[in-house]
Amino acid sequence: MAFAYFPHTDEDIRSMLGRIGVKDLGELYSDVPEDVVYREEYGLKDAMSELEVRRYFSRLAAENRKMLSLCGLGAYDHYSPSVVASVVSRGEFLTAYTPYQPEVSQGTLRYIFEFQSMISELTGMDCANASMYDGPTSAAEAMLMTLASTKKKKRILLSEGLLPQVIEVVRTYAGYHGVETGMISCDGGQTSLDCMKESLAAGDVAGVLVPGINRYGIIEELDDFAEAVHACKGLFVMYSDPSSLAVLRTPGDWGADIVCGDAQSLGIPLCFGGPYVGFLACRKEFVRKMPGRIVGATEDVDGKRAFVLTLQAREQHIRREKATSNICSNQSLMALYVTVYMSLMGPSGLREVNELSYGGAHYLHDTLISTGLFSDAFSKPFLKEFTLRTSVPVEKLQKALEEIGVFGAVQVGESLVNFCVTEKVCREELDKVTEHIRRTFAVSPQNF
Amino acid sequence: MKYYDKLIFELSKEGRKGYTLPANGWETSLDELPEGLGRKAAPALPQVSEPDVVRHYTNLSQMNFGVDSGFYPLGSCTMKYNPRISEEIASMQDFAGLHPLQPASSVQGVLRLYKELSEALSAITGMAEFTLNPFAGAHGELTGLMIMRSYHIARGDYGRTRIIVPDSAHGTNPASAAVCGLEVVQVKSRADGLVDVEDLRPLLDETVAGIMMTNPNTLGLFEKDIKEIASLVHGCGGLLYYDGANMNPLLGVVRPGDMGFDVMHLNLHKTFSTPHGGGGPGAGPVGVAAHLVPYLPVPRIVADEDGQLGLDDDSADACGRISGFMGNFGVLLRAYAYILMLGRQNVRMAGPLAVLGANYIKESLRDCYRLPISSVCKHEFVFDGLADQESGVTTLDVAKRLLDYGFHAPTIYFPLLFHQSIMIEPTETESKETLDSFIEVMRKIAAESASEPELVKSAPHSSPVGRLDEVRAARQPVLTYRDYIDCSVK
Repeated sequence: MAFAYFPHTDEDIRSMLGRIGVKDLGELYSDVPEDVVYREEYGLKDAMSELEVRRYFSRLAAENRKMLSLCGLGAYDHYSPSVVASVVSRGEFLTAYTPYQPEVSQGTLRYIFEFQSMISELTGMDCANASMYDGPTSAAEAMLMTLASTKKKKRILLSEGLLPQVIEVVRTYAGYHGVETGMISCDGGQTSLDCMKESLAAGDVAGVLVPGINRYGIIEELDDFAEAVHACKGLFVMYSDPSSLAVLRTPGDWGADIVCGDAQSLGIPLCFGGPYVGFLACRKEFVRKMPGRIVGATEDVDGKRAFVLTLQAREQHIRREKATSNICSNQSLMALYVTVYMSLMGPSGLREVNELSYGGAHYLHDTLISTGLFSDAFSKPFLKEFTLRTSVPVEKLQKALEEIGVFGAVQVGESLVNFCVTEKVCREELDKVTEHIRRTFAVSPQNF
Repeated sequence: MKYYDKLIFELSKEGRKGYTLPANGWETSLDELPEGLGRKAAPALPQVSEPDVVRHYTNLSQMNFGVDSGFYPLGSCTMKYNPRISEEIASMQDFAGLHPLQPASSVQGVLRLYKELSEALSAITGMAEFTLNPFAGAHGELTGLMIMRSYHIARGDYGRTRIIVPDSAHGTNPASAAVCGLEVVQVKSRADGLVDVEDLRPLLDETVAGIMMTNPNTLGLFEKDIKEIASLVHGCGGLLYYDGANMNPLLGVVRPGDMGFDVMHLNLHKTFSTPHGGGGPGAGPVGVAAHLVPYLPVPRIVADEDGQLGLDDDSADACGRISGFMGNFGVLLRAYAYILMLGRQNVRMAGPLAVLGANYIKESLRDCYRLPISSVCKHEFVFDGLADQESGVTTLDVAKRLLDYGFHAPTIYFPLLFHQSIMIEPTETESKETLDSFIEVMRKIAAESASEPELVKSAPHSSPVGRLDEVRAARQPVLTYRDYIDCSVK
């Protein structure tokens, strides 16, 4: 019966049972009513060896097709230097848990402190928490935070320019929480200031959530937004791509009170949508309403600098139903992932990543339009992600891309398609894409 | 462990870099962005070389204690050994390189994994179907409660806004209920540590959405009245939620579905041994009985008549969407690898060996530590401090002294039912020798508490830092490096 992960020999089991004073393992379950014990064979496969497991997953993997990603929409294929995965895989990081015993968890606590510091730098906020599950759930928590910070209000407003999954998750949370969600429409591809003001005028708004870069890839211009929200005593919340914040105006500068989003764009592999890592940053006056773990600096008994989980009176294990959130374990290791990434890249590396992505995206944008099959949907500034209007049926366009192993042209509206280019994509690849589209559609329009 | 005092920011020097990127051959540049959209000043991120980064984080890691370092008997957290094969599988490019929105035809292997893992979890738990989207245990609780509310609402039963939670429950239970807009009603535990059925009975009426139960509960005791509780709660129209945080002792022995539970979550990072990562990523799949399947969140895996798998985003009865994409896929891969290695043979031994270890420690230490409830325990049990309380040595002191002897501390001051709780969970991946040395050290600490109490009260002595000033951290929060510089300047 020996199994690699269970070290017990028959003799061990006998002697342990003897110490306990029971005759067999079954007697350890004497308190379990007979009729709930499962006696049948489990509907599982036969136990596999490591070699067989490897083979099994190789076969599963072969049923997938890794494609060149020209898609954004909440998951970005940026390059992560080898050091990142190597550092993160260290057993001392990988197999630890929440740093409840700070004396033997200074490694985890220090990287969380560094993560909080870096996220605060990027967002232009005073502080950040240790991490959230993903972008959409961080947005939901941010909006619950606005409700807790502006007592008695019952409405939140969301821009239609947010990614659909963000809107849906926030709506789900808000709905069960008894909160009404209003939508702010987009005008010409941008969140409408007038529409927001109208909705604010109806009153009772705790918070407004607007993207920094919206679902069309457009960099939102947010003059007067924060002012209008603050005038109604609401909080202004931004959903931001932290990679882009190395070069774009910070949410702090736009007047945001809280910033949320997904830090996947800081080098985390696509991995079919997870694990990623959400983040949440805010101005200092709201920190006590923040959900999740927060690490602070302090000293030990000998005056040595040390770090510890702090402001825990907000959390579920202390406050139970009065906690700011139910969040407990979330994505700590992924916070380490992006912390190591940001350490390597630094301000100049992140700038270069954005320059390369910007250059590639604008090149693809222009060459696609030059085929005559596309036009610019909004003619607004963008970074790495953009939306084109196409005269080709979208499904056929996607099929054509698939033929050459490319994933892109995801539909984001009637005849509107999304493209995204990162530093991982080179000119030859983009030329091949445009050429293939040109050959497939432009030459003989009767093909579609 | 040696003390290492740097922050990455303190290694920074203007002009250093730790990356290489292709030369920029594009004709366009960010300078073209309209005025007002660009960042005013570069972020103050560190500027360090690649060797600096490797050395810094290696040094940090060496101030950390993980399951790889030694015994980690943290109660309710199920700190098992994490197999390395799973790490390798999760990094395979044909998994790690997939965009979550790729067409279904290009990710059939991924979708098949979701389907097979769900089916395996159903086989293990007796639930009809699972969603693998929740990111963690607490997220699973919230999802499960949303499903329960959706079920009641779909039946026109709008008044069910209260949820019953035992006083021994994990803190996440009442917190999840509050996030879900439910009012929490507490039910008491009896002197024997089990839910007081007589206290429960009068709470049950048409305003009750259901009850959240942990079985075995946080004292490590099996709630043997579970069938009666199930029939009472169902009798008033409520549903039973199973908090799977304590599923480990039942692995291979009892299925929550057979105890009458309607909804449950599993913590894959606990029961199916994916690395805890210093606080995640985990995974908290939610399983439901047949009558609740329509309310599972979207997106969901669906199969067409040819067996081709796809994703369904749109289902009228669904409780909603609770994740950006399909949960922590990389964690699901690891958990499935573990389940395949367990197989139907080894799964039978997992729970019993975990229970064996817990009872072995309990019986070996009960003369030195106060054991408030002495019946047979499951995967964990709770001491209420030292048997000899004369010395004034507290549970906190015992926990800190354990660190000196190379063990992680158990969970302390939880559950709240006792003042000096020490909650110990050994798991099935620890050998008798490891447990024996832990027992020996615990006895030694008990002896030290009598002979040299100051030694224990001032522990730890051998860790990189000593006890911390937590009050100062909370009173004057220093939460970023910028804060730190500011307060050092003052």
